[in-house]
Amino acid sequence: MDISIFQITWFVLWGVLWAAYFMLDGFVLGTGFLSGIIAKNDTEKRVLINSIGPVWDGNEVWLLTAGGATFAAFPTTYALMFSNLYSALILLLFSLIVRGVSFEFRGKIDNDIWRGSWDKAMMVSSFLPALLFGVAFGNIFKGIPMRNDFVNLQFTFEGGLIGLLNPYGLVTGILFVLLFAVHGALYISTKTVGDLSSRALALANKIWPALLVVAVVFLAFTYPATKLYDNYLNAPVLIIVPIIAVVSLILIKVFAAKGEKGKAFTFSCLTIVFVVFTGVTGLFPNLLPSNIDPASNLNIYNSSSSLITLKLMTVVALIVVPIVIAYKIWVYRIFRAPVTEEQIEANQHPY
Amino acid sequence: MDVLFLSQLQFAATCMFHWIFVPLTLGLSIMTAWMETKYVTTGDDTWLRMTKFWGKLFLINFALGVVTGITMEFQFGLNWSEYSRIVGDIFGAPLAVEATVTFFLESVFIGVWIFGWNKVSKKTHALTIWLAAIGTNLSALFILQANAWMQNPVGFAIRNGRAEMTDPLAVFTNTYGIIKFTHTVLSGYALAAFLIMGISAWHLLRRNEIDFFKRSFRFAAIWGFIASIIVGISGDFHAVEIAKVQPSKFAAMESIWETKRNAEMCLLLIPNAKEECNAVEALKIPGMLSFLAFHDTNAEIKGLKDFPKDMRPTVFPVFVSFRTMAAIGTFMIIVSLAGIFLSRRDKFEDNKLFLNLMLFSIPLPYLAQQMGWIVAELGRQPWLVYGVLKTSEGVSKSVTATQVLLSLIGFTVLYGVLGAIDIYLLVKYAKKGPDSDLSNIINVQGRG
Repeated sequence: MDISIFQITWFVLWGVLWAAYFMLDGFVLGTGFLSGIIAKNDTEKRVLINSIGPVWDGNEVWLLTAGGATFAAFPTTYALMFSNLYSALILLLFSLIVRGVSFEFRGKIDNDIWRGSWDKAMMVSSFLPALLFGVAFGNIFKGIPMRNDFVNLQFTFEGGLIGLLNPYGLVTGILFVLLFAVHGALYISTKTVGDLSSRALALANKIWPALLVVAVVFLAFTYPATKLYDNYLNAPVLIIVPIIAVVSLILIKVFAAKGEKGKAFTFSCLTIVFVVFTGVTGLFPNLLPSNIDPASNLNIYNSSSSLITLKLMTVVALIVVPIVIAYKIWVYRIFRAPVTEEQIEANQHPY
Repeated sequence: MDVLFLSQLQFAATCMFHWIFVPLTLGLSIMTAWMETKYVTTGDDTWLRMTKFWGKLFLINFALGVVTGITMEFQFGLNWSEYSRIVGDIFGAPLAVEATVTFFLESVFIGVWIFGWNKVSKKTHALTIWLAAIGTNLSALFILQANAWMQNPVGFAIRNGRAEMTDPLAVFTNTYGIIKFTHTVLSGYALAAFLIMGISAWHLLRRNEIDFFKRSFRFAAIWGFIASIIVGISGDFHAVEIAKVQPSKFAAMESIWETKRNAEMCLLLIPNAKEECNAVEALKIPGMLSFLAFHDTNAEIKGLKDFPKDMRPTVFPVFVSFRTMAAIGTFMIIVSLAGIFLSRRDKFEDNKLFLNLMLFSIPLPYLAQQMGWIVAELGRQPWLVYGVLKTSEGVSKSVTATQVLLSLIGFTVLYGVLGAIDIYLLVKYAKKGPDSDLSNIINVQGRG
């Protein structure tokens, strides 16, 4: 088979892995940075942490898989994306490290200052990845200032950390933060009961209009700032992807306003997935464009692995990913019941 | 300081810090699974209490292993982008497979294990820790195969300005990696066994929960002895493999300067790198080194002088690390064997000398682990991929020294604080001992 079939397959998988990661870690990040706003006392905070406790680690693995897939399928993109965005990704990495340990360390010492410090750490280290992922993807959509000579293998980057904080990058950053905020608030409302659940739902309803405004700004700004719409103009049928994203976004509010939190959460999952798909569809066949020299774009053809590696990875993905999805569904079913304050208070164990 | 040096320093620091937590995770996951299986099959509550107590220490340690692991995957692209671009076709695959096949298994089922005590059946619960433990151990296989490719590159061809995979089977079944996997994973079991024995010794010295800690000690002594023996045997195989495929590393490990047949082994040796000789050579065993390397006393051992000066690893740290590791390994075999017999005696808790020895032995396997990686990675220099790509050719070009210096300072501060907290928590919970109230143990609702 021709290598381009595998390159396209891995482009699709690349988009799916990122979408899955943002959908799954999105509510963990959202729950993390909203925890201080929604929870009124220590018991409620513990309810929130226990609602994400069984799943956060498994959800974060989608990031490692997305990163690993980029490395294995498109090594040149992996190499230049990570090194060119060095400082932003180091900040992201530090945040993810602190976020992970904050869940584990918070309850291990019975002291208010200790817990309070980890609560703050959890909020900051959940907020920063949401923002930074958005800024990073905004810049990926827009292109970064790099010159790549694929013949002589000379690769140069003419930007820096400050350059990433351009208006379009920041709008995308805010879009991600608000998406994850609504997503997290809806997750909390489905995973808790009583007053806590109602407050979370009310918060989702309150944040939604801001999300809508930023989403509209993002879609409008994308036209002058990026070349994402070129693919849609060439193949208008693709417009279905952003339409699903927008319709899902509206349905979040329709169901959240009616108090149907499960359905609202389902549509916030779909919104995140289709927002990512909207960007990725526009990027194709690029993975990381250059905004100063179109010949320097990193695309699936000039940055992919060899046919053997792509075939090997395809076989592994086809066998393993369905199994992973199957047992993840089983795990979500085990923990489908909401976490209650009674459960938390009945447990005298220091966890 | 230049980008190359700072990047090497950062990689070494983050790798070695990550490796403080990984070996214990490898060993304690399997041992905890074993304890829980004993509880399910025998119904004996002491096994459940052991599962909970040692499992708790496992989890405190596990958290830092997981989060510092993210750094490892990102860092190839961040700091070693030329390396990633040139060898990504081969090196990326085991990393991606590791994430997809094993990280999911480990992370998803550890969540069920922690939070699922009264949500799934006893058997299913025991199954979840096995799945997590298998995921953890298998992940070592993939990452060590990736590392083995850097040590003994196989199954590839240089094409299109990079190394391309030609034989996936050769890459994934690299003998070097299989030996390394056995040596490394079993050394994790030995380390975990020594931690259990050391903590049990501390409690036995204080007469806490004598039955509980005697059983834990006896359990760990057997694991520790068997694992240490296998570590020793696989270490011997490993040295043979290194002598074959990485002669410059072997010469540095043994501080051999002149190429010779029937090479002797000096029990006492002090290298003098400046003069390209050994300052002290004493207690010689004739032919021993040739025998250890090639299982033939007459075999030729290549000396460092056979390699140009810029193609040799730094001898002193490699040599000292290798000797220290081997000495600690030998010590571990002896004391774990003694532990098996002594812990079966009636008044084991009165054996203050041995219990103190075990308590103060806790850091030794940790030291040996770090030394092992120093031998492996410093011994490979100046190569990044042995014989194919030099370390200086792999570093990121678009990253500046200031950026790496800042991130290195960030890692040092962040890891320093987290490491201190984690060790404090491990000590705190280890000293606290097992929960006595069983209903409390079963009724755990997770964290927070």
